[in-house]
Amino acid sequence: MATVAKSSPVLSTFAPMSARRLYIFGGIALIAAGMLFGDVFAVFILHQNAGQQGAALMEASRAVADRDPAAVTAIFDRLGGLLEDRGTKVDAHVHMLDAGYLALLLALVQPYIALSRQTKKAMAGLFIMGGILLPLGIFLIRYMGLAYSPFAVIGWASVLADSAGAVLIFVLLVQAWGFWKYLQKRELTEPELPAEDSMSSRALLTGGTLLVLLGFLHGAYYAGALLYQHERLETTILQRMIGSASEGNLTAATGEVASFGNLAGARAVNIAAHSHIIEFGLLAMLLSFVQPYVFLSEKWKRRWVKVLLGGSVILPVFVLLELQLGLLAGGIADLGGLMVIIGLIGMLVGILRYTGHLDAAEGAR
Amino acid sequence: MTSSRKLLIFGGMALAALGMLYGLYYAVLVEHQTLDHMGGSLAQSFTAAASSNLGQSQAALEQYGETKYDYVRQVDAHSHWIGLAMLMIVLGVVFERVNFSEGIRQLVAFSLLAGSALFPLAIILQTYHHGALTFKALAVVGSGLVIFGLAATAWGFARQRTLA
Repeated sequence: MATVAKSSPVLSTFAPMSARRLYIFGGIALIAAGMLFGDVFAVFILHQNAGQQGAALMEASRAVADRDPAAVTAIFDRLGGLLEDRGTKVDAHVHMLDAGYLALLLALVQPYIALSRQTKKAMAGLFIMGGILLPLGIFLIRYMGLAYSPFAVIGWASVLADSAGAVLIFVLLVQAWGFWKYLQKRELTEPELPAEDSMSSRALLTGGTLLVLLGFLHGAYYAGALLYQHERLETTILQRMIGSASEGNLTAATGEVASFGNLAGARAVNIAAHSHIIEFGLLAMLLSFVQPYVFLSEKWKRRWVKVLLGGSVILPVFVLLELQLGLLAGGIADLGGLMVIIGLIGMLVGILRYTGHLDAAEGAR
Repeated sequence: MTSSRKLLIFGGMALAALGMLYGLYYAVLVEHQTLDHMGGSLAQSFTAAASSNLGQSQAALEQYGETKYDYVRQVDAHSHWIGLAMLMIVLGVVFERVNFSEGIRQLVAFSLLAGSALFPLAIILQTYHHGALTFKALAVVGSGLVIFGLAATAWGFARQRTLA
């Protein structure tokens, strides 16, 4: 793998242990970890959880047929637990990714933040710490519950998540204050990111914008053609499910539970495809800015770009096809997610190589 | 900094602040009550049916449907405002790489910003008048502006540097 020489303007924007370096490393690592967690969640938890929800609805229908309101209440309590299990895992995945995107965005705007180098670095460290602890806290909510908590309804995991969220808000407020100070003097505090017009950079920028555009077109189609239909259908299915159970017709109720599951699946795949393609688009655009720091030959840079953009298309397309092709499409979608992770790690390795090269040169001086 | 970049960066920041403030207000004052109401209505419709009270079951189910209609749109508006704001800021940082004249870039930036503000607003307004055609039309116009802006931006990025 050949290496490429970097020009001095690039070096000056990536000083050792600078805030920008922390944001770029931390951001990419958070995104890669968030995606890996999402892939594991999709393979081992998501479908099983949906199956358990269907089983709980079936039990509720049986309790209606048996005229047993107490059993219905108990089943809905359990259903609430299942929804919390799924919800906290989705939230942990989303918050880790979003903290990563925000870190990359903050790396971009550092020249416009008029604060001292030490303050910027401290804020970057705090941000990355908050970005790790917030999803960790959310993930632990389900498992820690109210154990050893002095509060009536808030557990220690929630306290951890909320505190980490407050740290992120604090860092963002400090950045806004730094931006306000910049507006008073209009002097850049450090060089802007070098504008690289390479093929890999342009492909990420154009590809990213196209992915966001595709996501928007799909969202518009879903909102226009399916959203209202799905909303009406949900109430109708529930009505029929309860009606059949009340009449003691459990065979018909079972059919309605299956229809409810299919509808939930249709909504879930459409929303997942819409949000993933847009998030991957935004990621590609953000990664185009850090291409000058990827210390790889243009050939290898293009390879990672192709892998990342390919995975960014494969995952949402095959998530959408899950309804028609079932688990096969789900498996291919997971492979797409893996391609994005590999592309991301490939670029991270390139940035690490660049950092090592830069720091070695500094040390030799 | 060019006018188109200023429009996107400052507009994006204002939109992000608006989206976060709305999210904060929603999380503190509305969301928990809405979720309780939604889950409670669904549970109540099953419990009432188990108690052979089909009228109450039907009413609870209708309440569930209406509460969910509002919940989906309120969360969508919040996430779309913030998501689109992030997109505006990112595009603002590199908007000089969109290879059009500054006049066209300003038009594209305005289209992106106007659509990003209007689209989630129209979604929120739908919660006040379920199914109102005017607000659906506003949402279509808003998303159309964003789609036009994104298509033009992608084309501008893909063009070889001739104008910059």
